Amino acid sequence: MIVSLPGKSLTLRFLLSFLLMSGLACGVQAQDWVHIETNQGNPKIVVAAADFKAGSADPLTGGLKSAFDQTLYNDLRAAGILDVVSKSMIPNATPGTPQEINLAQWAAAPSSAAYVAFGTLGVNGGRLMVQGYLYQTANSPNAQVLGKQYTDNANVQASREIAHRFADEIIQQLGGIPGIAETKIYYVSNRTGNKEIWVMDYDGMNERQLTHLGTVSLSPRVSPDNARVAFSSLGKNGWSLRMFSLDLNRLVAFPAWGDTTLSPAWSSDGSRLAFSSARTGDPDIYVCDASGNGEHRVTAFRGPDVSPTWNPKSNAQIAWISGRTGLPQVYIMDADGGNVQRLTDGGYASAPSWSPNGELLAFAWNRSYGPGAPGGEDIYVMDIASKRWTQLTHGEGANDAPSWAPDGRHIVFQREMGGHTEIWMMLADGTNQQQLTHGGGSNTMPNWSWK
Amino acid sequence: MQRMNRNSWFVAASLAAMLTIAGCHKKTPAPPPPPAPPASAPTPVAEINANPDSINPGDASVLTWKTTDANTVSIVGMGAVATSGTTTVHPTQTTTYHLIAQGDGGSADATATVTVNAGGPPPANNVGESNIDENAFEAAVKPVFYDYDSYDVRPDAQSTIQADANYLNQHPELKVVVGGYCDERGSTEYNLALGENRANAAKQALVSAGVSPGRLRTVSYGKEKQFCTDHTEACWQQNRRAQFTLDQ
Repeated sequence: MIVSLPGKSLTLRFLLSFLLMSGLACGVQAQDWVHIETNQGNPKIVVAAADFKAGSADPLTGGLKSAFDQTLYNDLRAAGILDVVSKSMIPNATPGTPQEINLAQWAAAPSSAAYVAFGTLGVNGGRLMVQGYLYQTANSPNAQVLGKQYTDNANVQASREIAHRFADEIIQQLGGIPGIAETKIYYVSNRTGNKEIWVMDYDGMNERQLTHLGTVSLSPRVSPDNARVAFSSLGKNGWSLRMFSLDLNRLVAFPAWGDTTLSPAWSSDGSRLAFSSARTGDPDIYVCDASGNGEHRVTAFRGPDVSPTWNPKSNAQIAWISGRTGLPQVYIMDADGGNVQRLTDGGYASAPSWSPNGELLAFAWNRSYGPGAPGGEDIYVMDIASKRWTQLTHGEGANDAPSWAPDGRHIVFQREMGGHTEIWMMLADGTNQQQLTHGGGSNTMPNWSWK
Repeated sequence: MQRMNRNSWFVAASLAAMLTIAGCHKKTPAPPPPPAPPASAPTPVAEINANPDSINPGDASVLTWKTTDANTVSIVGMGAVATSGTTTVHPTQTTTYHLIAQGDGGSADATATVTVNAGGPPPANNVGESNIDENAFEAAVKPVFYDYDSYDVRPDAQSTIQADANYLNQHPELKVVVGGYCDERGSTEYNLALGENRANAAKQALVSAGVSPGRLRTVSYGKEKQFCTDHTEACWQQNRRAQFTLDQ
């Protein structure tokens, strides 16, 4: 086959290697911003995305095609592993079928694409039909990499979803691991006047309100099977965990312990939840099963313990935030509470998120926090084994609540700037920062879906 | 000095109790002559004010009274009350509140009149049998403030805790929510956990001062609800607190 590109292990290894290189280059004590290209030594694959050919005269076609073309182009660019040829550099052609494409035209400068995505989009009898192709431009008898056909309702959202699916096929083929174009981001928005749980597509489109509780709802965490969203909500008896079914589109029963129960976190097999509860009068980390039964305490430290996250590779470790020594720090422990290790060496740390490969923690950190030292709150990534860290954001607003994408290449986070908070995403080396939400109140606490 | 005062108060209180008990014996054929007040006992002083002293029907007025040298204090129509205190009233017509203070040195009385204006909305129900509403409660039970990123009850908060506990011990029917609050800085989730620690620290301090833990319920508000929204230390200090509200 034509595609002989970096596989999963290599993709994950690049991340780790840039971290290690940054540590070696600067020394553990003097780590600072270091420029490391994510694909250093591995030039990005050059891909062109042609505007699709209109396959019908239906008046809906233009609008749906425009949404499709834009979404596909943005998805390929956002993937972070592809060099997507600017629309101004590609040939002025809209080949609708393999018979209509002149591959040499796309291989030539200024496009210089190694691969080209193209196809036809039409509306027939109220149905949207898309034929999408990915071809290698090099002269080859096996030029076709992908040939896909999609049919859905003729509306803009369906057109965008088809573009996401086609983009993920391309990213899987060229990048070796599943793309994130079909993933969702769960978050908190107060645009109705109350903090409620919302969901949007990974690119910030298609925002939708899930809860209508009229109180304060926080810390959404979607289950690994995308079936339920756990979150914490303020009721008459304080904070409880609540459970929203995405299948039923409503809240479903879950034990309400009260006792300031906060910050749920799913294990990657979906069988357990870790959370913070203050039933003893002091917040500690607890674990229960997915239906809220069998809860038991894991930590017993004086002071706040909150914000757990499981090692998704093993489900045998939990990282969390503890104030046992004063300002909050990142710790890890075995899931039964043993082998406690402190990872951060000071400052004010919050909101750890464990990377899909089990090797890295993303978290928010203000290394000079304190009265009179209103330092920057930024997103950092730490390699757990070596405790070496690298800084991803650099004082552009106050950054918090990072959450890994399932591809381990992207991080979503919140950024407060100019008095309001929005959700942003970036590559896991801090590049390609992109704002996803735009106003309408404060948008906070993003949680990236598992698939 | 303090012990002496307490002892003399005790003597006076038991004297008064004996008198009350004696007074209840209806079948006593001939009441004994009233004991002459001890020559040294000062005459009680009583004072009562209503604020505001003119309201519309349905509105509230707060009665504040204080007495000195009194053992038994009552307000006509309300019965026995603390030697000093506040309460909220919702009179539906112009009412004169008559405070009577009795002590070893005699008695004193004082009155305050709340004028109820004609017309206006119908009177609202009183809040609970205790006749204490949220405003009066929060005027009497003051919040406790905390240092930055700390949930230790500061030495300067001990007198507040003691006063709060005294009030709660005088009103054993009241149940209380202890709310923990944090300033706007830092993590949302961490501040909710820290707020819980603050609320619980205040609760434990009240329990140590004699308030039954069963009357106290903690709720953390973290940085979700703020008393002050400026970005200054003065404002942040206002927000780092445990606030007491009626659990209704």
